[in-house]
Amino acid sequence: MTTEYDLAGRKAIVTGAAKGIGHAVAERFLKSGAKVDIWDRDGKALAAAAEELSKLGPVHPCVLDVAHGHEVEGAVDDAVDHWGGIDILVTCAGVLGQVCPTPDYPEDEWHRIIEIHLTGTFLCARAASRHMLEQGYGRIVTLSSDSGKEGTPNMPAYSAAKAGIIGLTRGMAREFATRGVTVNAISPTIIDTEMGREAAKDFGEKALSRIPMKRYGQPEEIAAMIAWLCSEEASFTSGTIFDATGGRSHY
Amino acid sequence: MNRIDLAGRVALVTGGAQGIGLAIAERLLRSGAAVTVWDANEARLTKAGKVLTRLGPCETATVDVTDPRAVEASIAALVETRDTLHILVNNAGIMGKVAPTLDQSDADWTTAVDVLLHGTFWCSRAALPPMLAAGWGRIVNIASISGKEGTPNMPAYSAAKAGVIGLTKSMGRELGESGISVNCITPAAIETDLIRNTSPEHHKYMLSNIPMGRFGQVEEIASLAAWLCSEDCSYTTGGVFDASGARSSY
Repeated sequence: MTTEYDLAGRKAIVTGAAKGIGHAVAERFLKSGAKVDIWDRDGKALAAAAEELSKLGPVHPCVLDVAHGHEVEGAVDDAVDHWGGIDILVTCAGVLGQVCPTPDYPEDEWHRIIEIHLTGTFLCARAASRHMLEQGYGRIVTLSSDSGKEGTPNMPAYSAAKAGIIGLTRGMAREFATRGVTVNAISPTIIDTEMGREAAKDFGEKALSRIPMKRYGQPEEIAAMIAWLCSEEASFTSGTIFDATGGRSHY
Repeated sequence: MNRIDLAGRVALVTGGAQGIGLAIAERLLRSGAAVTVWDANEARLTKAGKVLTRLGPCETATVDVTDPRAVEASIAALVETRDTLHILVNNAGIMGKVAPTLDQSDADWTTAVDVLLHGTFWCSRAALPPMLAAGWGRIVNIASISGKEGTPNMPAYSAAKAGVIGLTKSMGRELGESGISVNCITPAAIETDLIRNTSPEHHKYMLSNIPMGRFGQVEEIASLAAWLCSEDCSYTTGGVFDASGARSSY
């Protein structure tokens, strides 16, 4: 027996679901009885993920860029039409971006990273929360990072965007507090995904030395935490940043 | 309802005769764990034991967590009976005197810190050898939002709960590679007798600070605690898990 989360009948949107953490979340959700709208901007990777994930339960793929408001609005409408509502949103879409000293950091890269992470999270939450507030129930989980707490050298945009997600999460949580919608963030350190391994090339040894568990996290570990936060039972926790850093984070 | 898998786990819950501790003991039993419940109040413990034994393998013992020798002996007895110990939930607590700092006596301070901080340490230290031997363990400390924010007129409670957070982080890091994780929960006011027995003014003050506009329910803390005790919580240690109805600011 393993732990089973009760998401029976819940309708979820998971962004960045083709790979990595998002994929693991979609998998755990399906195993927990949810119906999952899987979003990604990489159509080929998403099609492959959809084929695989559909063996576990009902999925509905949507190719879009979360940094574009009109695409997000359309995709949320589409998800609501398809499933008959929306109960859960998990925003995993993200890229590492350029790793480069701040004096040389390109302006367009700054805008690109902020748009994908911070603007993208806002746009998805704005569109999904309308439906959640109307029905008086919802679970939103955003993906921050220990970069957003500590700040990562040579990653000014990523660090700022991830810190911004913490502020956004807290603000929405308090705004929605009496209306049945919780908003929480996860703050992982390097996770063993394609993106995490890319980060490990630049920060690996130093990062590992700072992780008391002396290993990187697995996407399934993040997915388990998110599944608990998205269950009905996670009802008195909102506006919080759940840490998943193997003991690294200070707060 | 989530089905948390604690099959085959041996757990100890301190202060388990009522309130949050009782709800945690219930949830751990329903999740398949064998649970030993301690409490300082024998009468309440007897009553709780009757309810809990219907849910699964449950034992009770009257233990004062402020007495390190009694704690050690009682954990030794537990390990003798159950062969091991995997899970410790440090929940035993008192609110201490609610009064301005100038009106807090030496004893008011010492009594609260003894139960909340010293008790957590004595129990955690004594629980480590069997957990280390098993190569797996989960320690969950019930801290409080008071330990983050500081609650006016509750200096000892606030200080002790902040101490529990520091202890959690220290032990979490120390035990990072051991298979034992140490995390704490920081609830805001939870609807228990501790709350019901406070003055109407204090009651109103506590409620006004919670954005959800309600007190938490013991079952909500128990759900989080049970998850933290499970194998699914595997990449967080030294973590502070908030359950404050969106109140906590960090």
